[in-house]
Amino acid sequence: MLCPTRRELSARLSIGAVVAAFWLSFLLWFAADLKQHGATETAFQWFSVDNLVVAFGLRLDRLSELMLLVVTGVAGAIHIYSYSYMAEDRDVPRYFASLSLFTFAMLGIVLANNFVLMFVFWELVGLSSYLLIGFWFERPAAADAGKKAFLANRIGDTGFLLGIILLWSATGSVHFGTIQQLLHEQPKLLGEMSTIIGLLIFCGAVGKSAQFPLHVWLPDAMEGPTPVSALIHAATMVAAGIFMLCRVFFVFLAEPSMPLMLAGLSGISALDVIAAIGMITALLAALMAVQQNDIKRILAYSTLSQLGLMVLAVGCRGPLPAMFHLTTHAFFKALLFLGAGAVIHAMHHEQDIWRMGGLGRKMPVTAAVFLAATLALCGLPPFSGFYSKDAILACVLKQNMVLFLAAVATSVLTAFYMFRLVFVAFAGKPRTSEAGHAHEAPALMLYPMLFLVVPSVLAGFWSVEPYLEPLFSAHAATAVKPWYEQLLAPFDEPLAAFAGLGAAGFGIFAAATLYLGAREDSLPSRWGAFARVLRNRFYIDEIYRVCITLGLDAVAAILDFFDRWILAGVIVRGLHGTVELTGRILRLFQTGNLHTYGFMFGLGVIITLWLALMR
Amino acid sequence: MIGLNHYLVISVLLFSLGLLGVLLRRNLLIVYMSLELMLNAANLALAAFSKYNQQLDGQILVFFIVTVAAAEVAVGLALMVALFRLRQTVRVDELNAMKL
Repeated sequence: MLCPTRRELSARLSIGAVVAAFWLSFLLWFAADLKQHGATETAFQWFSVDNLVVAFGLRLDRLSELMLLVVTGVAGAIHIYSYSYMAEDRDVPRYFASLSLFTFAMLGIVLANNFVLMFVFWELVGLSSYLLIGFWFERPAAADAGKKAFLANRIGDTGFLLGIILLWSATGSVHFGTIQQLLHEQPKLLGEMSTIIGLLIFCGAVGKSAQFPLHVWLPDAMEGPTPVSALIHAATMVAAGIFMLCRVFFVFLAEPSMPLMLAGLSGISALDVIAAIGMITALLAALMAVQQNDIKRILAYSTLSQLGLMVLAVGCRGPLPAMFHLTTHAFFKALLFLGAGAVIHAMHHEQDIWRMGGLGRKMPVTAAVFLAATLALCGLPPFSGFYSKDAILACVLKQNMVLFLAAVATSVLTAFYMFRLVFVAFAGKPRTSEAGHAHEAPALMLYPMLFLVVPSVLAGFWSVEPYLEPLFSAHAATAVKPWYEQLLAPFDEPLAAFAGLGAAGFGIFAAATLYLGAREDSLPSRWGAFARVLRNRFYIDEIYRVCITLGLDAVAAILDFFDRWILAGVIVRGLHGTVELTGRILRLFQTGNLHTYGFMFGLGVIITLWLALMR
Repeated sequence: MIGLNHYLVISVLLFSLGLLGVLLRRNLLIVYMSLELMLNAANLALAAFSKYNQQLDGQILVFFIVTVAAAEVAVGLALMVALFRLRQTVRVDELNAMKL
């Protein structure tokens, strides 16, 4: 950004800034005296229009503190990793500038204390994701993916903005604390629009966190550089949606009600819709991941599915498990992507897992950390994923049995497709010569991965829930447990814990029988058409293409008709024709002969006199 | 006894002759003279009314008209001379350059 020609300097500047930010948030975590309900706010007035007062305000409470740690930690690791991964690229300064802008925007979302400021940073995240997904813009696929991500987000953001405006018109404030206070005092303040407001605000999360039906941008975002995928999937972009839902969770707790027009739907609250969308996303994405062959796409669908679980948890009135899973997921998903990046780097940009194989022996460190992250994702104790996923399962179990079963099914599929990836890519014999000659990643790529292993494994011991609980309920019920009790805490809820464990075990077993030592994928021949549907992602992209094409064609046809016949035909040509015809008729009177003019004049005088005198 | 009506009839006759001249003659000079005839027909009528009504307003108006007509003739004749120098004609039916 500062010096587009000096790559070293720009890279080191960005890395230094992010690492410094990480240490500062780490220090803050220890040092800050954050009272249980407390939030420290700093603000100065930004602008005020009539009764809309917007402050440029930062809010530091436990929620933003946690996110600060996650974002700066993961982003720091990814920045360092990028230094090595992108070393051969010719546009390093632009890359680091966008990457830092991305991190900055995410930190802005985390720290904003009002809706308007959050929305500004929200849009900045969208912008920088566009810049990074389309980083290799010479490739049409990358440029298209950037556009797709931007447009899908735009749809969600429109809803978010409408929600903010409605909320502001109902409460007269955009400040989180004030609105929370108001809603706490008068739960019926939002009136009949409360459910609509909730849904519109959720729209923003649907776009950013790639929930069904706007999930289509996330897999395509794999066109960006791999560290960018890691950043998008772990710390910044998609986390923003979940974080926002948790930050404004008080909005969803307002008395649900619908306007009269939609009275038939009055039994449904915004949270029900959120839970349903989360469930659909989790299941669909997990199914799609089963038949993907691109290593990054598998991870992308896995992210979708995990985000679905988080949204499901929010929908089941559990922002705490959602935040817990968001935290652990950020670490192990970043790790998975960095591992995948190392593999792709070693395979000379080959991403098809069926052209890999036997990588475990060639790159043991990468394989080990990848396996650790996979185990965490599948939810096996004592890896962090087990604790957070169990928290979600327990939370869903309290609400609804159907949703619980769907979540368990998602867990089975998660374990299945992740171990399919591991078995095919890392186990067995090399399938191609590239796989035979793969080599371990350079040290600068290994260290960030090793750094991320620690929280990926251990984050579960430190339960996020008691730490955050004071923010969401007045009376903090859960006591902070020492780590050895926390280790076994999930088994207080045996059904959820064993269901999760069983699901993971079953998935791994199925993957092992099908893929351990397999030469090619046997599912397509066994499942036939269903496998094809899965591989083609339920044809959702195609359906969108057809619907959008048809819709746009129809609109275009109507507009074309309007323009051609109404605007150009009736109005423009009509005006022109009338004037011309009048002109032609009037021209007949202009003979150029003085006598005619004189005669006309005399006639006019006579007619005028007759009208004036005889009438 | 010659009354008001006699004057008015003469005035109307003069006016009609002038109008016919304006409408029918081709020579611009004659048209001009016919115009003067129409003006003076009006003057005659005004003077007659003035005498009949025992008021001087009409006669004052006649003076004004005569003055203006004299000025107008000066301008008009000058224009006609200029026009003749330019086009070598004062025939009305040949002066139709404004026609599209």
